[in-house]
Amino acid sequence: MTDNLVLRVVAKLLIPPILLFALYVQMHGDYGPGGGFQAGVIFGAGLILYGLVFGTHAVRSVAPPRLLAIIASLGMLLYAGVGIASMIAGGSFLEYGALSLDATHGNHVGIIIIEIGVGIAVAAVMTIIFCVLAE
Amino acid sequence: MIASHLPVLQVALPLIAAPVCVLLRRGRWAWAFTTIVCWGMLAIAALLLDQAMGAGPISYRLGGWAPPIGIEYRLDGVNAFVLLILAGTAALMMPYARQSVEQEIRPERQHLFYCVFLLALTGLLGIAATGDAFNIYVFLEISSLASYVLIALGRRRRALTASYQYLIIGTIGASLILIGIGFLYAKTGTLNIADLAERVPALGETPAILAAFAFITVGVLIKLALFPFHLWLPNAYAYAPSFVSAFFAATATKVGAYMLLRFVFTVFGAPFAFGTLPLKEVLLSLSLIAVLAGSLAALFQTDLKRLLAFSSVGQIGYLGVGIGLASVTGVTGALVHVFNHALMKGGLFLAAGAIAYRLGATDLSALHGLGRRMPFTMAAVVIGGLGLVGVPITSGFVSKWYLVQGAFEEGLWPVALFVLVGSLIALAYVGRVIEAAYFRAAPEGGEPVREAPWAMQLSIWAMIAGSVYFGLHTDLTVGIAERAAAVLLGAP
Amino acid sequence: MEALTHVNYWAAIALAMIGLYAIIAPSNLVKKLIGLGMFQTAIFLIYITVGKVEGGTAPIIDPAYDVYSNPLPHVLILTAIVVSVSTLAVGLALTVAIKRAYGTVEEDDIDEQDRR
Repeated sequence: MTDNLVLRVVAKLLIPPILLFALYVQMHGDYGPGGGFQAGVIFGAGLILYGLVFGTHAVRSVAPPRLLAIIASLGMLLYAGVGIASMIAGGSFLEYGALSLDATHGNHVGIIIIEIGVGIAVAAVMTIIFCVLAE
Repeated sequence: MIASHLPVLQVALPLIAAPVCVLLRRGRWAWAFTTIVCWGMLAIAALLLDQAMGAGPISYRLGGWAPPIGIEYRLDGVNAFVLLILAGTAALMMPYARQSVEQEIRPERQHLFYCVFLLALTGLLGIAATGDAFNIYVFLEISSLASYVLIALGRRRRALTASYQYLIIGTIGASLILIGIGFLYAKTGTLNIADLAERVPALGETPAILAAFAFITVGVLIKLALFPFHLWLPNAYAYAPSFVSAFFAATATKVGAYMLLRFVFTVFGAPFAFGTLPLKEVLLSLSLIAVLAGSLAALFQTDLKRLLAFSSVGQIGYLGVGIGLASVTGVTGALVHVFNHALMKGGLFLAAGAIAYRLGATDLSALHGLGRRMPFTMAAVVIGGLGLVGVPITSGFVSKWYLVQGAFEEGLWPVALFVLVGSLIALAYVGRVIEAAYFRAAPEGGEPVREAPWAMQLSIWAMIAGSVYFGLHTDLTVGIAERAAAVLLGAP
Repeated sequence: MEALTHVNYWAAIALAMIGLYAIIAPSNLVKKLIGLGMFQTAIFLIYITVGKVEGGTAPIIDPAYDVYSNPLPHVLILTAIVVSVSTLAVGLALTVAIKRAYGTVEEDDIDEQDRR
């Protein structure tokens, strides 16, 4: 598909808003519909579209699968780390309220951090799946 | 402070350790790290069992949300016992893993192998620990997905088709469980198992509950691989890497048995399942066919790993018999057999893996004269095999004793007869292995075969010695199992 | 007319049966995975239907409404969808590996090669 001018131009136009929208969904997740999983999938879809139009080698140069595997692991550790942190702070596993003196504030902080963990893990895994299957 | 968090740490630690293995990047480092985690798991499981047996059920609230709204980890004697079996198997098998994995898995994949193994362990531990019905489904899928990947890593290409077949059948099974849980939720508005246990019996024989029961039972039986749902098991165990075969043979079907016990006895209640519905007749007849068919099929295998896999189909039948008897003695027998069979079959598959490590094959014809050439490994196969038969002083005898006793208590002497016939067939197939290894001359001019490495011997003999120890000292296993069975059946 | 009020359930049953048929009948491994996906989607439909409250709106708190649909089944199904996506990914990866090892994704051909 790399030689199709229309696809290339449309993809170039679409990919930045897709990635930006992913970030919006990510950060909006604790108030409204959205969150890490959805954002991760949208972000991954942006990268996959890039791969579909410009070839897998293009995606691999932007996001090497080895790096993606590390990012996915770090995302998972971020999530689990919040769980451990809330245990150390005196709550039970993933009880975000314990993270701050004010329970509501703690909930916000906890949810935003774990959603970031979920988001980067999902985006990385989706892209890895695409790269592996597209080979 | 840590003591109160043990239930969640049991499940969360391997989950956290899995991505760390990816970051370690070296097979050997990942192995060392996984070994430490597994022994930590065993320590936690032992502490939890002690707490659960002493102070009664432990409840842990995830995220601080109170049950029945929040997810609860609830540990009574039954699942604390299962947790100990899972963590103990993983810990005892880790010394074996390093050399076996180094030989069978490509170097750049070894650290990922341990990552996926830890995820499988997380799933299995999670099923046992959680007190939430939907959570069981999620953990079931985590462990299943990890096991599809692990099985597909086998060296022969048939591992791929075996894994694909298991993926299709396993996903259908898990989906049926999901439908059943959906019906339960629609009818009761709760997913907490303790809460379901109160509300479901009150609803009685409504169509939705009957449908939920049917879907969940069939789904769990597929995961348990009870006849006639066992078709995925022999290929999956025969073609998986040695360590994976041994680990799943020792643990995966045991968790299936736990799910069956939990759903039938705790959620639906014995009076509904065995009084209103004819589960007893169905389960007993399927289990007895499994005992006979599995053992007979094992008799005609020409490959040691396939023979052991079909023997597992038969041994799962014994679990089904114990559960189907639905008496304290029967369920005790089933739980003790879960423990004993994990040790015996785990040890046997490890030994088969050690033979494959040295010979590159596990055909019975390749075993000729191996009794002299690999004396320790073959001795382990003999003792483990006698355990499968149920010879006194092995632990296999203890579990069969309880099953036969349970059958007589219910006045079902044909069941006892079938159990004994199954043991005789087991004697025949174990005899074939012994004959090949001890009474056939080694092929002339073959390359000399060395005994398996000591680290692999260590794991094999830890499992086999355990199976003999618990055949002689039954207080621990039977004591725990009897109390757990009493909890399940609601007896005082 | 009673039957028509349960149109979602009929749809779920039909979808599940088509899915099961598509798992069993074709010999192509990719088609089987498509069937598996349909079968799981049917279950999602059952859950979502259960979560609908008559006259309820989307479960986002707003002073203008006081009847909301039950969000819990949606959350459960979000998890189940993740599981189903992962299953599909593992299944497709296996199919790719099978294609490399056997040179075909037709079950009949694979069985024949294994028998040899």
